[in-house]
Amino acid sequence: MALALLIGIWAAVCGFRWIPSYMLPSPGAVFRAFISEFPFLMRQAKITVIEAALGLVLGIVLAFIFASLMDRFTALYKALYPLLVITQTIPTIAIAPLLVLWMGYEMQPKIALVVLTTFFPITVALLDGYKSVDPDAVSLLQSMGAGKFKIFRYLKLPSSLPYFFSGLKISTSYAIVAAVIAEWLGGFRGLGVYMTKVKKAYAFDKMFAVIILIIIISLLLMLLVSLASRLLTPWLQAKQKQ
Amino acid sequence: MNILDNAPLLEVRGVSKSFGGNTIIKNINLTLNEGELVCLLGQSGTGKSTLFHVIAGLYMPDEGQVLLRGEEITGKPGKISYMLQKDLLFPHLTILDNTALGLLIRGEKKADARAKAAKEFSKFGLEGCEKRYPVQLSGGMCQRAALLRTYLASQGIALLDEPFSALDTLTKSAMHRWYLNVMREISLSTLFITHDIDEAVLLSDRVYIMGNNPGEITTEIRIDSPKPRPDDFTLTEEFLQYKRLLVEKLR
Repeated sequence: MALALLIGIWAAVCGFRWIPSYMLPSPGAVFRAFISEFPFLMRQAKITVIEAALGLVLGIVLAFIFASLMDRFTALYKALYPLLVITQTIPTIAIAPLLVLWMGYEMQPKIALVVLTTFFPITVALLDGYKSVDPDAVSLLQSMGAGKFKIFRYLKLPSSLPYFFSGLKISTSYAIVAAVIAEWLGGFRGLGVYMTKVKKAYAFDKMFAVIILIIIISLLLMLLVSLASRLLTPWLQAKQKQ
Repeated sequence: MNILDNAPLLEVRGVSKSFGGNTIIKNINLTLNEGELVCLLGQSGTGKSTLFHVIAGLYMPDEGQVLLRGEEITGKPGKISYMLQKDLLFPHLTILDNTALGLLIRGEKKADARAKAAKEFSKFGLEGCEKRYPVQLSGGMCQRAALLRTYLASQGIALLDEPFSALDTLTKSAMHRWYLNVMREISLSTLFITHDIDEAVLLSDRVYIMGNNPGEITTEIRIDSPKPRPDDFTLTEEFLQYKRLLVEKLR
């Protein structure tokens, strides 16, 4: 509804020529560009999606390793947490060209940038999740004879899943954007590279078409994450049904 | 004849525990016999929960021993489980998996553990709840499930730490009646912490009264009224006499 209204205003603004069309292309023009460029866009999108997905998966794996070790060893937590925060304060625009310098123009630096941006929210979410566990529940498992591993397996890991998915939703929304930025700042293929080209050509209708494609891809990925979340945390749905 | 056959089910011998120079419990001696319900009655902060942690093997006492059927289990968890006022059911597990938890931890196969737990569901009035999650059950039902979990995890002994104190009065008295029945049926022996004098008189075969600072057992009182006790037991002269006695001893 809000979306339809937005497009309506956009069409009106262009239709009455309040803003010249070379500055803001009309929805129709964007749609035509989207259709005419579609096969090419898809090929570029494939690259970007692969980078984002690989980066996200690696980010998840790293987050699990970091968070679990940091939860297990307090010294590690104290040593690593400030470092993790620092990695998030480095501007993406500054680090991306460096990554290209170190890793070349292919996929590696893009994946690295996606990992850097996605693993932090997941790590923090997992750490919070592990901490959220009731100490009395831990004692109860110990009274049943559970060791550290079983406490992790039966209590900490499942209780942290809802937290994990909150973190993952944030990270997923960053993943595509991070891949695009990395491509924009140095590469041969992908939606980001395409964007630099249409920008240089002042083809704003095509620019808008890419932006819309990026939005669609991000939304699809988010949808995938919420499906996974529904599948893996059935008890939260049970609560909603009540 | 094994000499251990005469040993009480659970025996606590001279247990003391202090934290950071503060003696929390001092020289606790108590026994729990097969089929008995014994209450530990005292104000909050008398170290009753600390004692439970020692019995469950989670704390190593500074002095003393815990014996289960004559065998020393001091500081060894995994033998006796307990239940608190909070049900501590895991929200991410179904009721069936929650109740089977102790068996799973002990290393039984998932299918076996589930089958064993499922067999007990009707006795505990939980039939039909197997596949539900704790959020879908009422407080009383959750306590039943927690009790079943404790029963399956601790081989005949239940340590209960104010298990019914979060329930409303009506649910609570229904749970009392229910508990006494189920205990008889499954021959469960119970050590029960409470600060509720009525609850102690109503349920117990014996009551240990704990005093404050440090937590010490000051008196042991036997409640001789035969079981099962009538529904209106709390209104009888006998009940009031015991209550008066306990109030006096608690001072």
